[in-house]
Amino acid sequence: MGHEHKLSIFRGLVTFKSNTQKIWGVLVFLSIITAIEVALGIIKPEVLTQNSFLAMKLLNWIFIILTLVKAYYIAWDFMHLRDEKAGLRRAVVWTGVFLIGYLSFILLVEGNYIYDIYKAGFVKWEF
Amino acid sequence: MDTTVTNAQSAPVWGGGNKPLEASYGKMMMWFFILSDALTFSGFLVAYGFSRFKFMESWPIADEVFTHVPFFHGNYPMYYVAFMTFVLIMSSVTMVLAVDAGHKMKKTAVTWYMFLTVIGGIIFVGSQAWEWATFIKGDFGALETKGGRILQFVDANTGERLAIRDFAATLPSHRTQHESKNGIWFSSEKALPSFSLEEVVAGVEAHENVLIRTEKITAEGEKSLLSRAETLGKLSSATQVVEGANLIQNEYGSRLFADFFFFITGFHGFHVFTGVLINLIIFFNVLLGTYEKRGHYEMVEKVGLYWHFVDLVWVFVFTFFYLV
Repeated sequence: MGHEHKLSIFRGLVTFKSNTQKIWGVLVFLSIITAIEVALGIIKPEVLTQNSFLAMKLLNWIFIILTLVKAYYIAWDFMHLRDEKAGLRRAVVWTGVFLIGYLSFILLVEGNYIYDIYKAGFVKWEF
Repeated sequence: MDTTVTNAQSAPVWGGGNKPLEASYGKMMMWFFILSDALTFSGFLVAYGFSRFKFMESWPIADEVFTHVPFFHGNYPMYYVAFMTFVLIMSSVTMVLAVDAGHKMKKTAVTWYMFLTVIGGIIFVGSQAWEWATFIKGDFGALETKGGRILQFVDANTGERLAIRDFAATLPSHRTQHESKNGIWFSSEKALPSFSLEEVVAGVEAHENVLIRTEKITAEGEKSLLSRAETLGKLSSATQVVEGANLIQNEYGSRLFADFFFFITGFHGFHVFTGVLINLIIFFNVLLGTYEKRGHYEMVEKVGLYWHFVDLVWVFVFTFFYLV
């Protein structure tokens, strides 16, 4: 209790007058991002689905990056991590980022390996 | 200086009453819980990713599966899920507003915002129940092959999906559902599909415009369509009719897709449901003036953290289940 609210977002680009105003501002921002995601998901522009970067379609990169942006603002402004001590913030965020990153890396590589085995192996899967 | 753990001069380090990281015990424990729950959810989502990578070429395309909006007929991919996402974000906003009003000790405002948060949560859980019901009921119906692959049907003239009820023939049949009362007590079967395999096969043979669509995804990212000759050839590998989805059969494609759908959205829906219950308890406590007497509304802040976390998880489920 009694924490001071930090009222700037986008690295100080936008500063709100009150905490309530900041909440509405963040809502507008999150809604815009969701709208962009849904629009892209329905239109699926060919430029983005036919080209890929690091074995993933550009469209999926956009989705994942926008999701992380949304997650950042939910955690920082709604869960007010922005107002917490840096120690608490780092303990929560880096533990999650490291463990989840590691788990996804290891399991996705493994999934891809099994895909190759199914594809190149001598077992018929479709009959 | 920002990382300093305790403000050493004022608080006693031994004997309790000390707030490390300037977060109270309850708030700290809520963060512990949220972190561990985040790891549980990421375990589920990563397992989904694993299975999807394993069957990369045949995984169902989500926006062909979730195309329904209540009270409207037609093909509206994603709209309803987007609406659900918005509802959840909105109820997150009313929750922060409740916390904010709590800081200012405005009891009426906290009450109203908590009430709106609960309503948002109920709308979300209701939508999810509807989505489950639609998914379980199924849409077009399909055939399953001996190898467990799904064959769906497309109209050659329009390119639209065809439901088996649109073309299946009606054949005389004496096959009825086998119930345990008609035979040995431990042997029974599920309700029969509305059309038998023979009826669907006869229907495909009778209608020149019916083509089979297999699970395999082409380079363009669409399901591959068989020619008429291939369609007729493929029919012989079908073993049963599948309508809707459950844990062992799935007309939309890979069975794992349905399993993960039930598991992940179900686990998340359970979180929303408990969140609504906890929010209700807090709502009544606010009404009774419990926090007014206590002198602070920190409890609202703590359940708020949980509620935002549920929203946070949904953002990821939305991306990895519906968009990517």
